[in-house]
Amino acid sequence: MTRYDVLVIGAGPAGLAAAHAAVALGGQVGLVDDNPLAGGQIWRGGPEQQQDQRAQRIWSDLRAAPNLTYLPQTRVLYAPAPQQLQVQTPTSSATLHYEKLILATGARERLLPFPGWTLPGVTGAGGLQALAKGGYPVQGKRVVVAGSGPLLLAVAATLRAKGAEIVAIIEQAPLPALARFGFGLLATPSKITQALQLAAQLGGIPYLRGSHVHSALGDGTLQSILIQRGGARELEALQCDYLACGYGLLPNVELAQALGCVTASNQRQTTVLVDEEQLTSVFGVYCAGEGTGVGGVDLALAEGRIAGLAATRQLTAARQLYGERARWKKFAARLERAFALQPELLKLAGDDTIVCRCEDVCHSELRTHTSWRSAKLQTRCGMGPCQGRICGGATELLYGWRPDAVRMPISPARIASIIDD
Amino acid sequence: MTDVVLNINGHDIHVAQGVSVAAAIAMAGSAVTRRSVRGAARALLCGMGVCQECRVTIDGRMHQLSCQTLCADGMRVTTGEERP
Repeated sequence: MTRYDVLVIGAGPAGLAAAHAAVALGGQVGLVDDNPLAGGQIWRGGPEQQQDQRAQRIWSDLRAAPNLTYLPQTRVLYAPAPQQLQVQTPTSSATLHYEKLILATGARERLLPFPGWTLPGVTGAGGLQALAKGGYPVQGKRVVVAGSGPLLLAVAATLRAKGAEIVAIIEQAPLPALARFGFGLLATPSKITQALQLAAQLGGIPYLRGSHVHSALGDGTLQSILIQRGGARELEALQCDYLACGYGLLPNVELAQALGCVTASNQRQTTVLVDEEQLTSVFGVYCAGEGTGVGGVDLALAEGRIAGLAATRQLTAARQLYGERARWKKFAARLERAFALQPELLKLAGDDTIVCRCEDVCHSELRTHTSWRSAKLQTRCGMGPCQGRICGGATELLYGWRPDAVRMPISPARIASIIDD
Repeated sequence: MTDVVLNINGHDIHVAQGVSVAAAIAMAGSAVTRRSVRGAARALLCGMGVCQECRVTIDGRMHQLSCQTLCADGMRVTTGEERP
């Protein structure tokens, strides 16, 4: 039986920082991640491949630590008993026992339904960036990057560097909100440097503000999109091979909820509640990074390190990071205000627009329901393999209801992963 | 860097080390990974193991997420491109 003093779920910046802080004390630390390579989304492709020196340093320390066990391509399914997690890899399963647990499960993109969004060629914004980093062919392709948030700029820069022709970046937030956000950057100078570097990489690409994608068109695969430019009377057509469209990020809170951790919903995101040590409402279970509220890599690193230090009772060291964490939290709050979603985005889905992609459930079948439960029972909305992770973010905005409970196992599992052992 | 050779829907394809199965499927021609419950063609969406749109059969195992699987020599992949 494997027993970990500290088990970390998620090998993105928060999880890596947590594991890094925890291994220093010499206890057994496990690091579980569902991807084949560590790094999460922002350090995708492996921390050792990143320009960010912090990624390289943390990863080389972790690789050298004899008390770290790294478990890639490993998904958490459910908790068979307190302080245990059942996991599966593509070919096997195991029960992991732990003393302290740190959840660093990151975030996913908020994807909103619009006519044509199920066509092959339409992806998430961060989605296409992630795919391109895995070798997905974008060279010479015409790509529109759309949705909302600073992620769009990073996505466009990655895709352009890989040879894509970026037709336009379409940001739903209006110019005044963006201008206020830009001014607010003065409080966090390192973000200004980042923004200027991105601007240099994106020269010549139209950046349309207060604008959004109205629909995607194509016969079998994406060929063009219609966009609504801010202030324009008529829709405008753009030809493209790929549309990378995402409306910000949503924390992955399913595992925390499955373990009984208290979550809260505000500003249209559901987050895991933690105290100043990153401890959740469940004893011995910590949460760090996007799960506690979307805030980016710097906040994730600070929270992850605090959680790793707190879980190993290095409290004096943890407290030294509280100030830094508070600063990045302010930055996150400014981000959320600047990129708040405009109400017209909620009117894009037509009667026959699919909202639940797993079960092919349309807007017209859903909008008369008053709760997630009612819709689920009568239409199968949210009952497919994604378990409401994609449609849940949309139904919350479109109809005001979201998944009301987590279902076990929290990701699709093989029968053998549950009954063998 | 040495190539990896895998088979997608009966055709051999050469890719570099470290390429995801999702990427290899797109390189092989059609990016379609599966058919929806009403039969529509679907392809990759979230790129990070959440949406389940990229699931394909790999070495006889159904419902594997191609975006979270790296190509390996001799791997056999079947997508939902062909209607059954």
